[in-house]
Amino acid sequence: MSLGVIMLVHTAFDRAEQMVRHWAAAACPVVVHVDSNVPDATYDAFMRSVADLADVRFCARHRCEWGTWGLVAASQEAATVLLEDFPDVQHAFLASGACLPLRSIADLIGYLKAQPDTDFIESATTADVPWTVGGLDRERFTLRFPFAWKKHRRLFDWFVKLQQILGYRRNIPEGIRPHMGSQWWCLTRQTLDAILQDPNRDTYDAYFRKVWIPDESYYQTLTRLHTRKVESRSLTLAKFDYQGKPHIFFDDHAELLQRSKSFVARKIWRDADQLYQMFPLPSDPLGAAEEPNSGAVDRVFSQAVERRTLGRAGLYMQSRYPSIDRQTNVAAAPYAVLQGLSDVFPDFQPWLTRQTGAQVHGHLFAKDRAHFADDSDVYRGGLSDNARLRDYNGKMFLTNLIWNGRDEHHCFQFGPADTQDICWTLAKDTNASIWVVSGAWSIPLFSSGRSASDIRAEAARLQRIEDKFLKVLRSPDARARINIMTLAQFIEAPMDVLQTIIDEIAGHRGNALKEVPKMADLTGLPDFLQDLKNQGMHPFLTGDITVGNTQAPKPISRRKPYVISTK
Amino acid sequence: MTSYRLRWQRKHWRARALRKGRELQAVSDRTSDIGPDDVLLFCTFRNEDVRLPFFFDYYRKLGINHFLMIDNGSADNGPAFAQEQPDVSLWRTDAPYGEARYGVDWLTYLQGRYADGRWALTVDVDEFFVYPFCDTRPIRALADWLDASEVRSFGAMLLDMYPKGPVGQTEYARGDNPFETASWFDPGNYFMTQNKLLKNLWIQGGPRARSFFAAKPKQAPALNKIPFVKWRKPYAYVSSTHMMLPRGLNLVYDQQGGEKTSGILLHAKFLNTFGDRATEEAQRAEHYRNGQEYKTYAERHGTDPDLWCQWSEQYINWRQLEVLGLMSKGNWA
Repeated sequence: MSLGVIMLVHTAFDRAEQMVRHWAAAACPVVVHVDSNVPDATYDAFMRSVADLADVRFCARHRCEWGTWGLVAASQEAATVLLEDFPDVQHAFLASGACLPLRSIADLIGYLKAQPDTDFIESATTADVPWTVGGLDRERFTLRFPFAWKKHRRLFDWFVKLQQILGYRRNIPEGIRPHMGSQWWCLTRQTLDAILQDPNRDTYDAYFRKVWIPDESYYQTLTRLHTRKVESRSLTLAKFDYQGKPHIFFDDHAELLQRSKSFVARKIWRDADQLYQMFPLPSDPLGAAEEPNSGAVDRVFSQAVERRTLGRAGLYMQSRYPSIDRQTNVAAAPYAVLQGLSDVFPDFQPWLTRQTGAQVHGHLFAKDRAHFADDSDVYRGGLSDNARLRDYNGKMFLTNLIWNGRDEHHCFQFGPADTQDICWTLAKDTNASIWVVSGAWSIPLFSSGRSASDIRAEAARLQRIEDKFLKVLRSPDARARINIMTLAQFIEAPMDVLQTIIDEIAGHRGNALKEVPKMADLTGLPDFLQDLKNQGMHPFLTGDITVGNTQAPKPISRRKPYVISTK
Repeated sequence: MTSYRLRWQRKHWRARALRKGRELQAVSDRTSDIGPDDVLLFCTFRNEDVRLPFFFDYYRKLGINHFLMIDNGSADNGPAFAQEQPDVSLWRTDAPYGEARYGVDWLTYLQGRYADGRWALTVDVDEFFVYPFCDTRPIRALADWLDASEVRSFGAMLLDMYPKGPVGQTEYARGDNPFETASWFDPGNYFMTQNKLLKNLWIQGGPRARSFFAAKPKQAPALNKIPFVKWRKPYAYVSSTHMMLPRGLNLVYDQQGGEKTSGILLHAKFLNTFGDRATEEAQRAEHYRNGQEYKTYAERHGTDPDLWCQWSEQYINWRQLEVLGLMSKGNWA
């Protein structure tokens, strides 16, 4: 009989009884504290249910509300009884009714016997731990908290703020340095006795009574005064979510718990029958000295916290709906928007597909329908090509398209003839890479063979729309990677631009251009543009197109890249 | 000011529910069996004898403790079958469905009376609730976890399930699992906006938007649902289970980028019973917007709809839905 247990119970009394019996069966005396909020009838029934066990005591009851002194008072009360009534107890273990021993208790006793002078209590200084919820770490020791955080959150926050503004600070009693950590500990008789018998205990108690969440700091701080050897970790496996609420273990966690090799775990769901049947495991003499290793459990639960706080970028769904306008990453993966290139190169789309292996769509936002890469009427995820359905929520059409196909790189053609509602979304998305050859819309107009006077109005309209788009792209709010060049600039050296685009899309897979896309026949384009000018419609977005620069491009011979060093 | 107005709106719906509650006649009242921790299911049905056996089976396996069912003038054996079930309390009314806000008034009445302080699941006979870990954890586990996390309401998007091939050519027999035939769904074509007043998300999309409503997307049916709620007397559903008052209950989604825990309601609407139903309901014009949705189906019905496309996914389990991003485990691990 070297291990004694302090058990705090406030609910699920059938399970608590079961736990008391587990400890008692391993010859551990148990002192139970029952929350004074529990009705007397329930309390009496619980006491009767364990009346047959000799070494079980019940101590005086305190009101235990989360984050209040009551929890410390309860454990002090129980610890006093434990140390007085059971002089053989060498280690005291603080547990709750929802703490389930995983390994055999005999193994735990053996483990503690091997380290008779060690206090197992998680205890870190506030300067070094970022775990606290609500941002109050140091301040929980220096401010006052007269309002319950759970019931009067606003008053609580307001009062904290007020003290911060006024610069109010409580004095920390001399000789102690605030530490905090998990409230579940296992202390040696020597340390626990010293804490309870400390001549300054009244001072410390008076101080901690007004600290926020004292059950996470009282023993954690005072142990440091009296301990011979601290092992700063809890023997109880307890995981907390992002709000500081304990995670609950269910039947399907059985394997995870078993692998953790932890001695005790909490919280266990009250109806997790399988866990309650399976644990504690029978004594395993070979593995008795094995250290707990909760790595797998940690991973599972930290993933949950990450999912809850960060979520999957680019996913918009029923329980994740960040404002698209306030985000920097709108879509789930990088994609390219190409304006004007398919006007200069009529076969641009199949050519780019061949060069990069990416999903190269046509005009996704065309007025007639969405032109998907495979030209189907339904695309990945069940996206319809219907223009009205698409325009009904263009932003989510885009985010759906990228989310559904986030394993591939997507590119699509865009232009002033398309629906323009999506402009701002594209410009603000850091995942978008936008390439604009401005004025390229003049080429299909020119090739249509109609006279400039017929086309004048249409050209003016397209130019107005494109100009608006360019203004959006040049606004300080635009966050996409943006490359704008005039048609004249582009046809000066088209291959350099194409090579950059391909390198960006295909990444390391991008090879030197083997095949040059066929450029539309631009002979006569300068005259056509001059005609427009003569009619008073200046196509300023095309740049200065002359006869000289409308000749077909020659493939450039790319110099062989020598990698010198990759630092 | 707005919240004051909404408060009066909520009180109005409550008062109306009390009035409409008088239309309900208890057929078999077993509500005295309801325990303080029980999870309750609320449902209105009409001529659903074929679907009821699987419905009860499914939800019993999930761990529903008591069913509170309203029979709205069925002419088949459904009510008799429901009445035999030991865990079912049954009410009957022949009053028009449309005038009771598509059954919501009746349900609100029963919820206020029996669900106060309990978790209540409100579904239709063709809606099957799926939540994270539903294959290993009963619905009570979800309820307890939500309680521990201080969450009062739980969202589950409606996911339309359909067969491969014309809907009318499926065979559904009494007691069958509808998802053996209607096992396909659209994985990634749902779109949503935020309702500024009531704060809920308005979700549309899926096969119905794609096939029936592409030309008039605004009329596409709403898919956002909040079926699982820790009920309090003052609560009221506003329109089906799409949204609620007080409006704080509609915030089942995170706006900072994180994912809240959510589920799915598998919608077994598209079975061979669908064609007849669409015609019947279009004539009856008792549904939302005078059954316009059913009229659209009925118009199309001449060419028995085939909703399947090459991007349809076949349903496996909740994990698949979570990976696709249709629902989320959120913080529950």
